[in-house]
Amino acid sequence: MTERALAAESASPRPEQGAPERMSWESRQRRFITLYLPLSCFIFILLFPFYWMTVTAFKPNAELMDFKNHNPFWISSPTLDHVYHLLFNTAYPSWFVTTMGVAVGSTFLSLFASTLAAYAIQRLRFKGSHYVGLAIYLAYLVPPSILFIPLATMVVQLGLFDTPFALILVYPTFLVPFCTWLLIGYFKSIPFELEECALIDGATRLQIFRRITLPLAVPGLISAGIFSFTLSWNEFIYALAFIQSSEKKTVPVAILTELVTGDVYQWGALMAGALLGSLPVALVYSFFVDYYVASLTGAVKE
Amino acid sequence: METSTTAPLASAPQRWTPVRREQTWLGWLLDFKPFLIVMCLLPAVGLLTVFLTYPLGLGVWLAFTDATIGRRGVWIGLENFEYLFEDPIFWNAVFYSVFYTGVATVGKFALGLWLALLLNQHMPFKSFIRAIILVPWIVPTVLSAIAFWWIYDPQFSIISYVFVDVLGWRDTNIDFISTAWPARWSLIAANIWRGIPFVAISLLAGLQTIPPSLYEAAMLDGATAWQRFRYITVPMIMPILAIVMTFSIIFTFTDFQLVYAITRGGPVNSTHLLATLAFQRGIPAGQLGEGAAIAVSMIPFLVFATLFSYFALARRKWQQGEAND
Repeated sequence: MTERALAAESASPRPEQGAPERMSWESRQRRFITLYLPLSCFIFILLFPFYWMTVTAFKPNAELMDFKNHNPFWISSPTLDHVYHLLFNTAYPSWFVTTMGVAVGSTFLSLFASTLAAYAIQRLRFKGSHYVGLAIYLAYLVPPSILFIPLATMVVQLGLFDTPFALILVYPTFLVPFCTWLLIGYFKSIPFELEECALIDGATRLQIFRRITLPLAVPGLISAGIFSFTLSWNEFIYALAFIQSSEKKTVPVAILTELVTGDVYQWGALMAGALLGSLPVALVYSFFVDYYVASLTGAVKE
Repeated sequence: METSTTAPLASAPQRWTPVRREQTWLGWLLDFKPFLIVMCLLPAVGLLTVFLTYPLGLGVWLAFTDATIGRRGVWIGLENFEYLFEDPIFWNAVFYSVFYTGVATVGKFALGLWLALLLNQHMPFKSFIRAIILVPWIVPTVLSAIAFWWIYDPQFSIISYVFVDVLGWRDTNIDFISTAWPARWSLIAANIWRGIPFVAISLLAGLQTIPPSLYEAAMLDGATAWQRFRYITVPMIMPILAIVMTFSIIFTFTDFQLVYAITRGGPVNSTHLLATLAFQRGIPAGQLGEGAAIAVSMIPFLVFATLFSYFALARRKWQQGEAND
């Protein structure tokens, strides 16, 4: 009997076992040590760099380099100097516009391509559709680090070097496989019966797609869209290799290459740049958290 | 009229004449299934062929030429590879890529699994905690790498400050990125930091699919916590673990941003990964052929990782029976 009780007690931290009636088995202390303490360590470590980024961005330069007289964890006299410098003395606004344009453009291009592809693979089911799906999945496993050199020569030959348009065309290489995979999973969850009903009522395939399947797939499209937006916003290696002139750079590249001048790093401006550059994705993320978690786990489960 | 044998819905229209207001040739064409399939697949397959498959082949071709920026190369056979195989910097990059991937993957998955197990328990603000855990993964890698660069600053590192001035455990600042081995470990730490959220949230999804009845049955049979973890949790999340690990290995091995942002391969080329070395030789130095050869030398490793993923998937099908689609 004691053995059973012990087993039940040690079982409590296991998944889905912490139901309220079982809580009485274990002491609060035990739960604190096995759950809350490690969890708060994780959260602290995962979020500290952002806290440090924020604190640095709003500190005056004097405070930044003087840990003896000022507590580095807090700001004695917050200032907007770095943000002001970034917005008015650098090309940040134009970097921002470029990045936004590239991210929106490539997101729409890949959403268009991958919605159609996913519909064909999952709904129009043809001989070999399974293999097309597998090929697209394999395309996701080709990392940009292998492709950027040949793509750079292609971009030069096409006369697109140093234009954001090159990025809009190239980003779908990693967005389309991901979105297609996500949307295949999504289309799978829409019942076939709805399409059959429409077919009996005399709808054409195009009408079925536009009036029935697509509206039902809107949550999937939102997931794919915000994911593509985030991935294109964060992309680095292509933007670094294909864009040369300062004002056409994307935010992540520009902050790393344009704000580091000479040997003196302007940490305040760098951190302000990092903070402002993260803000758009952070905002999108905060509005669509559930979609992110759902698509991340959905894509993995597929 | 279209005919199809695959989908159940397509067999119905054969016996039945649809009423359509106006049947133009375009409407007819778009209702013709093979044409529709081709049209639907064309944008995606076209984009991927032109900007993914073709460059992949072009990259392999470039690896055997002496192309530089602005000059089409000529075939020089294995010369690029012969040159690289005598280059200690290349071998160092191979070593560090493998080391970086190995250590970072172990770290990410150990800590990620732990975090997933913690998140799978009942607690207040569960969904809020999950949301903030994903933040390091959402933010552009380069920008969080810049934050790490500042955290690793030789003079004004906040970690050094805590150890030297607050805790008094050390007398000198910690050397993070100015000598080879500390720099290597610091980059790995940053990579693990960036990878934990993705691993944890994906594994959490796997944990949540495990039916609680399995644990209840095991508990009735007197299984200990460790036995339940070893014989229920681990086998049940194995399929997801295999897929996530394949992705993680591929993208850690070909990582570029973190190293480029924090050390640019320094000090003295000690932290070059294959990707950063390929970039350095290929783009700023203009030796496209040599850069491509370095990039191509990553391919065998990636093929290995993909096969690993394929067999893990196959095993999953076998475990769950025929009906799994």
